[in-house]
Amino acid sequence: MTDEKMIHMANQIAAFFETQPEDAVAAVADHLEKFWEARMKAQLYAHVDRGGKGLHDSVIAAVTRMRETA
Amino acid sequence: MKDFIIPDPRYYGTGLDGADMGTPAVDSDQVVTLSIDGFAVTVPAGTSVMRAAATIGIDIPKLCATDTLDAFGSCRLCLVEIDGRKGTPASCTTPVAENMVVHTSTERINRIRKGVIELYASDHPAIGIGDPANGDSRFQEMAARVGLREVRYEPGANHVFTHGPNGAENPLHDGGVDRSNPYFSYDPAKCIACSLCIRACDDIQGTFALTMEGRGFDTRMSAGGADDNYLTSDCVSCGACVQVCPTGSLQENAVIEIGLPEREIITTCAYCGVGCNFKAEMKGDQLVRMVPWKDGKANHGHSCVKGRFAWGYANHGDRILKPMIRDRITDPWQEVSWEVALSEAARRLRAVQEKYGRTSIGGLTSSRCTNEETYLVQKLIRAVFGNNNTDTCGRVCHSPTGYGLGQAFGTSAGTQDFDSVEHTDVFIIMGANPTDAHPVFGSKLKQQMRRGAKMIVIDPRRIDLVQSTGIKADYHLPVRPGTNVAIVSALAHVIVTEGLIDEDFIRNRCDWDEFQHYAEFITDPRHSPENLAELTGVPADVVRGAARLYATAKNGAIFYGLGVTEHSQGSTAVMGIANLAMMTGNLGRDGVGVSPLRGQNNVQGSCDMGSFPHELPGYRHLSDDVTRELFEDMWGVMLDKEPGLRINNMLDAAVDGTFKGMYIQGEDIMQSDPDTRHVAAGLESMECVVIHDLFLNGTADFAHIFLPGSTFLEKDGTFTNSERRINRVRKVMEPKNGYADWEVTQMLANVMGADWSYTHPSQIMDEIAATTPSFAGVSFDLIDRLGSLQWPCNEKAPEGTPVMHVGEFVRGKGRFLITEYIPTDEKTGPRFPLLLTTGRTLTQYNAGVQTQRTANTVWYEEDLLEIHPHDAEVRGVRDGAYVRLASRMGETTLRALITDRVSPGVVYTTFHHATNQTNVVTTDYSDWATNCPEYKVTAVQVSPSNGPTEWQETQARRAEIARRVLPAAE
Repeated sequence: MTDEKMIHMANQIAAFFETQPEDAVAAVADHLEKFWEARMKAQLYAHVDRGGKGLHDSVIAAVTRMRETA
Repeated sequence: MKDFIIPDPRYYGTGLDGADMGTPAVDSDQVVTLSIDGFAVTVPAGTSVMRAAATIGIDIPKLCATDTLDAFGSCRLCLVEIDGRKGTPASCTTPVAENMVVHTSTERINRIRKGVIELYASDHPAIGIGDPANGDSRFQEMAARVGLREVRYEPGANHVFTHGPNGAENPLHDGGVDRSNPYFSYDPAKCIACSLCIRACDDIQGTFALTMEGRGFDTRMSAGGADDNYLTSDCVSCGACVQVCPTGSLQENAVIEIGLPEREIITTCAYCGVGCNFKAEMKGDQLVRMVPWKDGKANHGHSCVKGRFAWGYANHGDRILKPMIRDRITDPWQEVSWEVALSEAARRLRAVQEKYGRTSIGGLTSSRCTNEETYLVQKLIRAVFGNNNTDTCGRVCHSPTGYGLGQAFGTSAGTQDFDSVEHTDVFIIMGANPTDAHPVFGSKLKQQMRRGAKMIVIDPRRIDLVQSTGIKADYHLPVRPGTNVAIVSALAHVIVTEGLIDEDFIRNRCDWDEFQHYAEFITDPRHSPENLAELTGVPADVVRGAARLYATAKNGAIFYGLGVTEHSQGSTAVMGIANLAMMTGNLGRDGVGVSPLRGQNNVQGSCDMGSFPHELPGYRHLSDDVTRELFEDMWGVMLDKEPGLRINNMLDAAVDGTFKGMYIQGEDIMQSDPDTRHVAAGLESMECVVIHDLFLNGTADFAHIFLPGSTFLEKDGTFTNSERRINRVRKVMEPKNGYADWEVTQMLANVMGADWSYTHPSQIMDEIAATTPSFAGVSFDLIDRLGSLQWPCNEKAPEGTPVMHVGEFVRGKGRFLITEYIPTDEKTGPRFPLLLTTGRTLTQYNAGVQTQRTANTVWYEEDLLEIHPHDAEVRGVRDGAYVRLASRMGETTLRALITDRVSPGVVYTTFHHATNQTNVVTTDYSDWATNCPEYKVTAVQVSPSNGPTEWQETQARRAEIARRVLPAAE
């Protein structure tokens, strides 16, 4: 998957949860854990490590949280 | 022809051995007792004398009466005598009365009946008493029953003969048999003008294609207008007229060619998600005809052109019956034994895993196969491949339904049964085209509309439910593709701001605080119809009117299709629909609800069976330790708790080089999945693609191993339809390829090291029941006994659940979710100014592999691009001419159909034909929650064209090379 497509998909998820009353970061993290396969998550993590350009703030925060609980 | 019928008809209360009761059942609290031929009988008030007699086994002779249609009283054969009444009234049109004394067979009546039949016979010599071609016609039976042995009269002046007795040409002759329909013939010489066919067309199917023409001896039924034949008329070939014809005037061509069937077996159609039951009528192991089963709870004896007639693909010469292998996709196929094919598949898949890792392979379960087969494929992937890379075509159609309804209500399925619509006052049909894609249900909707139910259609295109003969929707909201969430929010805004909510329902059944938050969101003026009119293209007064109509209905029901789900915000739109139903209290009883219309026969089932990469059967997430351990114990393996790849992710990973092998059962992703070039690139980069299918389809062009599949006629199992109804599929003939599909999957699993020993699909269902709470009570025995049943079926609901969320939602309290409109990134601009949306047509099915191997192609031989006259004119596009359809992703060519069914700025096509390659232009944008592709919104340009694009030509060449088959080596 191109980084561009991955960023688009992750940001779509964040865009939804940003509109919900609950904690968006937790919800994005939960969604990614539940539905993204390991290599997709690894690609996301790698992109965050490179600065996370283009990613929504709550995606970056979600990745941090996912790594803490992993 | 009563060799055997399963399920056992003794378990049914609808008639003796499926007997025709003559007139429909009457629903009444009051009962009437009368005497018929000396027997006392008690029936609901309003019942006909004919039906009352039938309930005690007295079958009054009849020609024009049938229990699927209201009485008509034309044939004069069902006369009876009633004490104290003059004359001989028709029993079909005479209602019962208290203490009535009826005689169904007296000397006088028998004399009249014989005279009636004799007169019919004299004017219709073509019916020919004893003619073997009509051996099963009701007329023949009645002639025999009244004892007619000879006809004393000469025929009158009628339309039957080409020449009169004096040798002159008969001016009334009508040109003979109409053979224009590929599946049945109409011989006017046998038509007794009873009107049954016309009534079936009008009252059951709702097409109004047939009419009675001429007067006196010249009278006969006619399809369409004066210059029409069956094919050119409005007839949709549903078969209802053929089924009711009492004389054989309308007859299936297969019966004319093969003769009458000798035995019948009840099974389930393998086309759309309606799940009609059929009697497969057989002569030896040859299928003669499929006749819709009256006791089928999804179809009640009705059918469409696909299920009734388009099964010839099962015997088509293109079917691959021997396993084949090859090293490279440019090599010709080599036929091999099953043993070689399976061991090669196992060896190569394991080799891929050795080289690239355990998660480098995966598979697709088929929504066309049975629940048991689907269950086995996901079990193969999880337990034998050792990963969760399993998906199904539910991904690309209704995965947002699973997510959205799961969030709102707690379970991933429609809330109602189809019969629920008989109690509906107002319908919303959104992004679905039932008269084409779910025809038998479409007819049921039209019946309810003709009874007075109101209709709101939300669809970019003017589908037949908006307006067609006999029906007219009250509102059509021609929403601009991509703005579904906005239109649903506008409806909700009106309902909440105008105080039309059902507060009691919300307080009792939902989380009131959550609703408060939602109400604050939705009452914001940005959601008003006035504010959204320009975006959605729907005038505000239309939205307000529709919202009021739905909200104030006694019973409002929403049915929706892929026009809702296949969007970047598909899941959000589903949540919005759930919100509408909850805020108006339209859940948890007959006549209401939220129901997705599923595309394929077993999409519901394949999703139920754990085909998705993140969840085990029964929609339980892999991360749930209890569930995972249950399956680990049952299967004797450790399961990966990480979700696997979805189909689009598999293809992405394939292009990246980390996903290298697949087992694909019954799915043609090359044609049905979006962005065909990307699909091709993914498939091309794999080292072992195993296709398990009936035909060499587009995906098989990229395959290394081909395992021949079996049709639904060749195996036992179950399909689950859109109403969660588990229907039995019964084997009516031996698999032509040697094995049912579940056997093939089991053989592959065992070659790969498993130790499975299923000997019948019922054992697989037993395993599903043992592991899945919503299926706990399901068994083949129970389904056979009940005819069909709807999950959940367990201790709480031992015979299944027609309506869900009664009293309480599955998740407890219904959940209102915020549905902010977020526009898709697929946008029109100067290069691509039009929006393409896609759909289906009546006579074709999905990727066309089945229907295009039948005579259904006479109705639709290629995909057509519908374009508005204005858009056509400015582009110089002529009706019927080739046009180039281009998007950012690719381009293809197809013929234009100029029509105002679509709005200016919107074009529409179908994806049935491989030559047209519609999905070359669709994008890889997808639903935010589920990756369901956004098929319904693609920015395109249309321009005149001379012929196929380079891509189409490349594909045609590729297919030619890829589909070469070498015979088996001796």
